[in-house]
Amino acid sequence: MFLAHLNSLQASIFSSLAIVSLLLTFVMLGSHWLRNYVYAFAVQSWLIAALSAAVGYFAGYPELYVIAVLTALFRGLVLPYLLMRIVDRLHVKREIHAVLQPSSSLVIGALLVMFAFVIANHMSPQTTSAAHVVVLALTIMLSMKLIGFLMLSVRDEAVSQILGLLVLENGIFLGSQILVPGMPLLIEIVILFDLLIVVACFGMLVRFLVVHAGTTSSRQLNRLVG
Amino acid sequence: MMARQLFLILFAAPLAATILSTALRHPRVAEYATVTAAIIDLVVSVPLVLQTLQGTIIFWHSYIRIDALGTWVILCISIVYALSSIYAVGYMRLLDEEERLPLFYALFSGFAFTMLAACVMNNVGVFWIAIELTTLISTFLVGFEREAESTEAAWKYIVVVSGGITLALLGTVLFYWGGSFVLGPRYAMTWAALHTSAPHVYQPLLLISFLLVLVGYGTKAGLAPMHTWLPDAHSESPAPVSAMLSGALLNASMLGIARFLGVVSGASVNRFAHTAMVVFGIFSFVLAALFIVRQTGVKRLMAYSSVEHIGVQALGLGFGGVLGVAGTFYHMLNHSMNKSLMFFGAGNAMRAYGTKEISGIRHVLKTFPVSGTLWLVGAVGIAGAPPFALFLSEFTILRAGIAGPYRWAAMLFVVFLIVVFIGFLAHFRAMYFDEIPDQQAPQVRRLPWIVWRTLPMWLAFLPILVLGLWWPHGLWDVFLKISLQMTGGGQ
Repeated sequence: MFLAHLNSLQASIFSSLAIVSLLLTFVMLGSHWLRNYVYAFAVQSWLIAALSAAVGYFAGYPELYVIAVLTALFRGLVLPYLLMRIVDRLHVKREIHAVLQPSSSLVIGALLVMFAFVIANHMSPQTTSAAHVVVLALTIMLSMKLIGFLMLSVRDEAVSQILGLLVLENGIFLGSQILVPGMPLLIEIVILFDLLIVVACFGMLVRFLVVHAGTTSSRQLNRLVG
Repeated sequence: MMARQLFLILFAAPLAATILSTALRHPRVAEYATVTAAIIDLVVSVPLVLQTLQGTIIFWHSYIRIDALGTWVILCISIVYALSSIYAVGYMRLLDEEERLPLFYALFSGFAFTMLAACVMNNVGVFWIAIELTTLISTFLVGFEREAESTEAAWKYIVVVSGGITLALLGTVLFYWGGSFVLGPRYAMTWAALHTSAPHVYQPLLLISFLLVLVGYGTKAGLAPMHTWLPDAHSESPAPVSAMLSGALLNASMLGIARFLGVVSGASVNRFAHTAMVVFGIFSFVLAALFIVRQTGVKRLMAYSSVEHIGVQALGLGFGGVLGVAGTFYHMLNHSMNKSLMFFGAGNAMRAYGTKEISGIRHVLKTFPVSGTLWLVGAVGIAGAPPFALFLSEFTILRAGIAGPYRWAAMLFVVFLIVVFIGFLAHFRAMYFDEIPDQQAPQVRRLPWIVWRTLPMWLAFLPILVLGLWWPHGLWDVFLKISLQMTGGGQ
């Protein structure tokens, strides 16, 4: 377990990368503009790629460099490009009818982070060394999860919902780089490709939504109830 | 290696059907290729189940695992795949979408392929990917009719299920992390490895991992309160797809839950995990029962009935023991066939009367003397009445519940079984025997290709009747094996 031999420099590199990623989630949460979401997501993906490379370097997992390159390429370039294309084609620049104002969603996001911290503190085995990095990784993993679900539930636009899902996955990726860097390479690569397919599917569906349902806002999708 | 050849045929058949459908773009070729592939799969899956009675087979760098639990689900999926591909021939031609039919069949076989693949995955991460792929492919099947409603249903389906399934991924990562304290920083992420490490993992961590996985795969399986996508997707997709979603896909996700229940079976959180299963099960059951009573759409009625039966299966797994496990997997088989029958009947009625509403469908027996009778008898069966197979399996699960520590849940189960029986059959009484309100006689269309749509109903009905009268003794061997595997983990 490489976390056992973590020196303070490594600990602070990992922690700061993870914390900045969490802050970027708040940027997404606090903004109305769809473009900002995509930029924040791209930067977050680059940070995760940097984290992979750092973990690979310090813990001696050379295959994590491959993951880092693929993450930067797919999540940092291709996915944002595809999302931008969807945004451009839809002529929807911002969330119009957000259920929550950005300010109040920021407050709720902060509460969710606290909740995530409490859970993380309870579930991390106390015996491990470098417990603070472990708890931090778990907290960020869980809070990105919770904030992703918050975005899914208070945002109506199709693009915001796709981004909410991607934030959910980014959280897992970020946490797993720190907690289980030894996770089999194959799985991580397949999950990356899987994401690409997910976004392609969403892109096609968004087109269907415009043509057949006449809207991309989930608020208008209310035919099926009961 | 007999099993390997069977395994290769099992996957080659739907793959070939997909390739043929996309390459030739001929609707008739696509239809027959799909039916042939499905029948081959059905024929292959039976000896595969028998093979696993000799023992579990693991190969390809331990990425593939053929065991009793997996092959049983493969059998259930193949049955539904065969029945619904025959039905699809007669049903999809009614939609006037000739040029898009090859695409439909390509997706249909691809969907079956991914579900079958999920059943043989020995690597927990790859299992997750297989389940995720089933969502992506079936989304386009749900939205196939391209009306506003079906597009809406497809969107809700993919957003809710992809969101839910990421929880399962988080749970999987946490399981792996927990295991790394015991097995070292890197090890193969197999079911057996997780099972061996589980008793030694910090238990609160194990518990949270299990709950995340349960909620994640529970979303896909349609356990309440994560079931919200299910009535929409099941009711808006074409009838053969509804049958596949309900009869096959739910089983594949239930398999994930059962495997994870097996992983924690040796740990001290085992009891709590079973309680969680019972709570989710009874909640789904009660909620579905209430929605069944007040339902107005005919396919939504069937969809809520699926939530109900997934609840029953979760209850069975939660009650545990040999009886509970046997009841659950017997129920899985019976529900697969019976629910296919119900969706086929609903598809016929919807097309003939041109409405999705129960209130628009009257005097079914006059329109469909034969398939109408089968549908009615199937409804009696799915409501849990003897002499049909679902009665036997529900009764077994009930016995497991009475014998175990969850007697309160077993009592609630009995009460709401009665509610479901009355509520479900009341709708059928209306559709079959009620007078038509005012003078508007419904416009009934005569539908061609009736044999394609009635044959699978017979094929689904006869086994339900036979299995309801006679529980073959050989099945006990399979269920004992599954139960042993769930508590003994990997072997």
